[in-house]
Amino acid sequence: MAINWFKYSSPASFYSLAGKMIPVFVFVALILLAAGLYVGFFVAPTDFQQGEAYRIIFIHVPAAWMSMFLYVVMAFWAGIGLAFNTRLSSMLATAIAPTGAMFTFIALWTGALWGKPMWGTWWVWDARLTSELILFFLYIGFMSLQAAIDDPRRADKAGAIIALVGVVNIPIIYFSVQWWNTLHQGASVSVNQAPAMASTMLTGMLIMVFASWMYSIAVILKRTRIIILERESHTVWVAELQKKGAM
Amino acid sequence: MKPRHKKLSIIIAGVAALGVASVLVLNAFQSNLVFFFSPSQVAAKEAPIGKSFRIGGLVEAGSVKREDSSTTVRFAVTDTAKTIPVVYTGILPDLFREGKGVVAQGKISADGIFMADEVLAKHDENYMPPEAAEALEQAGKAQKASLAQ
Repeated sequence: MAINWFKYSSPASFYSLAGKMIPVFVFVALILLAAGLYVGFFVAPTDFQQGEAYRIIFIHVPAAWMSMFLYVVMAFWAGIGLAFNTRLSSMLATAIAPTGAMFTFIALWTGALWGKPMWGTWWVWDARLTSELILFFLYIGFMSLQAAIDDPRRADKAGAIIALVGVVNIPIIYFSVQWWNTLHQGASVSVNQAPAMASTMLTGMLIMVFASWMYSIAVILKRTRIIILERESHTVWVAELQKKGAM
Repeated sequence: MKPRHKKLSIIIAGVAALGVASVLVLNAFQSNLVFFFSPSQVAAKEAPIGKSFRIGGLVEAGSVKREDSSTTVRFAVTDTAKTIPVVYTGILPDLFREGKGVVAQGKISADGIFMADEVLAKHDENYMPPEAAEALEQAGKAQKASLAQ
């Protein structure tokens, strides 16, 4: 059976498909969130040097990973939109930005709360913390630039350039703890090494990562639907939706 | 080449050029991005003299001495090659322990003692339950003992 994938790149069919998918992702996200928090707070053992305070890792690390991952996805879709002039890709990029910014903020905030008792400071200007702060400004810059331009097609193009330029920052964040002396410790979990964490701790953290993914997909689809309605408000199919009261 | 392919290749080339530029810039600024200097770097006079800077390393085991009547602490920071004595007055972070990572900010005095005005703990990336840490330590001791024989 051949599936015509291009069918879903049309905002109208994407709109109805996304509408069907959102409840599934919300449901899975809630279950994973409950499971992840349960493992994190009740199953995972106390840490040998940080005691109970390390448990903020179950929020901090998923948020930090999502902040970087979502940026790459946002830049990818913004780039596709810029290159091929596909409307839906640019809308997706616009929809990803607020969620990415939120996760960046959570990563910075929980990091500060964690840094004070463990390191003895809320904030230091080391390479890891500074580059993550720059990521936050990139998200804010992307969103404000798009908000400042009235014509959505021009806003897409301008935003795409910021997004693509900012991709440079992602490997800098990731490798900062290897390239430079930083106060932030190295990665506990990486592709080419055995994780430096007890397995139940790792399980809890990975469940929280998947919960964050499901949550992000649900919210981004929802936001994309709203953007589609706004931008396609002049079209026949949106007018028909309105008549049916199916919005 | 279709126009949109041309556009895509221009974008890819632009991002690649930007990446190369940032690598070069970061490389040039490398010395300024260093958050702390190791004791070996300080011994090799790479650290700024007469100015405030940070040193980082491990708190040498058995080096921590607290003064009775004040919060002044003396300890040594080591990278196992070189060791720098440090004096600090104030409250130490919870994770400040002998044999663990530390970053101290301050100036080095004429007699080679680092006068710290801020001490931060730098922990490693390992997370495990206390029992596992104990077992690892025992295993390490057993290995050392068998090596000594």
